[in-house]
Amino acid sequence: MRTNFIHGSIQNNGLAVPLVTDRLEIKDYLGSFMVRWGINRGNYMVNTGLFAIGNPDSSSDVFVSANYKLSFDSLRKNLAGINGWILVLDTKGVNVWCAAGKGTFGTKELVRQIKNVSLDKIVIHRRIIVPQLGATGVAAHIVKEETGFNVHYGPVRADDINDFIAAGYRATKEMRKITFKFSERGKLIPNDFVYGKFYLFGALAVVFLLSLIGKHDFPGYSLNDGFKAMFNIFLGYCSGVVVTPAILPFIPFRRFAVKGFITGIVLSIILLFLNLTGENLLENISWFLLLSAISSFLAMNFTGSSTYTSLSGVKKEMKTAVPLQIIFAAAGIILMILGKIF
Amino acid sequence: MKELVYLPDVVTLELCESTCNGCGMCVKVCPHEVFELSGKKAHIINRDYCMECGACALNCQVKAISVKSGVGCAAGIISGILSNSEPTCGCSQSNSTCC
Ligand code: SF4
Ligand code: SF4
Repeated sequence: MRTNFIHGSIQNNGLAVPLVTDRLEIKDYLGSFMVRWGINRGNYMVNTGLFAIGNPDSSSDVFVSANYKLSFDSLRKNLAGINGWILVLDTKGVNVWCAAGKGTFGTKELVRQIKNVSLDKIVIHRRIIVPQLGATGVAAHIVKEETGFNVHYGPVRADDINDFIAAGYRATKEMRKITFKFSERGKLIPNDFVYGKFYLFGALAVVFLLSLIGKHDFPGYSLNDGFKAMFNIFLGYCSGVVVTPAILPFIPFRRFAVKGFITGIVLSIILLFLNLTGENLLENISWFLLLSAISSFLAMNFTGSSTYTSLSGVKKEMKTAVPLQIIFAAAGIILMILGKIF
Repeated sequence: MKELVYLPDVVTLELCESTCNGCGMCVKVCPHEVFELSGKKAHIINRDYCMECGACALNCQVKAISVKSGVGCAAGIISGILSNSEPTCGCSQSNSTCC
C-alpha cells in the first residue's frame, strides 16, 4: 500500500482521519508512468476508507474514489485548494470506470463504506459526489434509500471538479461527455503494447521457424530471412496496437477490425516497396495476408479500451471479422511455406 | 473534433416513455448524450452513440430503461466464448478518463 501522500491526520469525532496532500511528487508521476506500461499494475493501490484534504469540517464535500492509485491521485490533484473528504471504495485496485462495469465500484460497496466510516457523523449535509463514470455501478436512489445520502454525479474528468462545484454541483453537457482524444488514446497504447506481448512472441517464433524451411542454404541465408520476417511481424504488431489506435478517427470505416485491416494493408504495401516482404509472388501475397490479419485482430482488441464501443457492436463485427482473420492467417502461413518450398 | 460513432442500429437500448417520470437522471449519467428531456419525458435522441454501459437503466428509479449492458471488448468476448460464460473484461486497460 502506498502512503507517501499522507501528511499527518486530523481529528474528527475522536477518529484520526489521514490527511492527504494535493501535490503529486516525482514518486507519484513515476508510479503512474510505470503502471501505464503495465508494471506493477495489479498492485497500484491505496487504502480504502476516509481521507481528508485541505482543512475539512462537517460542512465540507465528500468525494468518492476508487482505490486504484491513478484514480486517487487524479482526484486529489484536482482538489487543490478545496477542503473536503475523500471516500475510497475497495475496487481491488481497478479504476472507477472498469470497476463500475464489474460492479466493484457499486451501490453495495458505497453503502458499506458510508456506514463503515459513519459518514453521517462526519458531515452534517447529505451530499456525496460520485464520478459520473461510476454510475454504471451505482444506483443513486438505492444509496439514498439505504443511507440517506444523495448521490450527485460529478464530471467525467476530474479536472472539471472545480467548475462543477462552482456551478452549484451541476455538470454541464461538456463535463458529462466522455471523449476519446488523441492524448487519451495515447495513454492507453503503452499498456496495450505490453499486454499483447504473448501474441507477439508466438507470432515471432512461428515466422522464424517457418523461415528455416526451404531451399536456402542453412544457416546464413535462412537466419537473415528469419530476422527479416520477425521484423515484419513486429511492424504488423505496431500497426495494430500503436498506429491504428493513434490515428483511429482518421481511418475510414467504423469497424475496428476494418480499420486495422487497412493499416495492415498499407504497411504491407510499404514493405513491398522496400523489398522486405519476400522472394517471390507467393511470399509477397502471404505477407499481405499475415500482416492484415494481425493488424486487424489487434485493432479489434482496442474496442476494449475505447470509450464508445458497445457490446452488441463488438459482437457484430467479430462475427465476420474473426473467421476472416483466421482464414487470412492460415492462408498466409500456407502460402509462405509453399513460397519457400517452390 | 467530430463525434466518434460506432456501428449503426446495433444497441439493445429501450426506453418506455409512458413509464418515465421525467426525473432526468438518465440525461445526467449518460456519457454520450443519448437522452434529452422535453415535455417532462426522456427521449432517445442519439441512439447510435450508446455504448451499452447500463448507467441509465441502473439509475432509473421506475425502470423505464432497459439495455443489455456489458463491456464492448473483443478480448473479453473471446475469453467469454472460450470459457463458455458471459463476456468479462480483464480490465487490463487503464482508462485515462477515470477520476
Ligand atoms: S431516469 Fe427514467 S424516469 Fe428519469 S427521466 Fe430517465 S427514463 Fe425517465
Ligand atoms: S447505456 Fe450508457 S451510453 Fe447507453 S444510453 Fe445508457 S448511459 Fe448512455
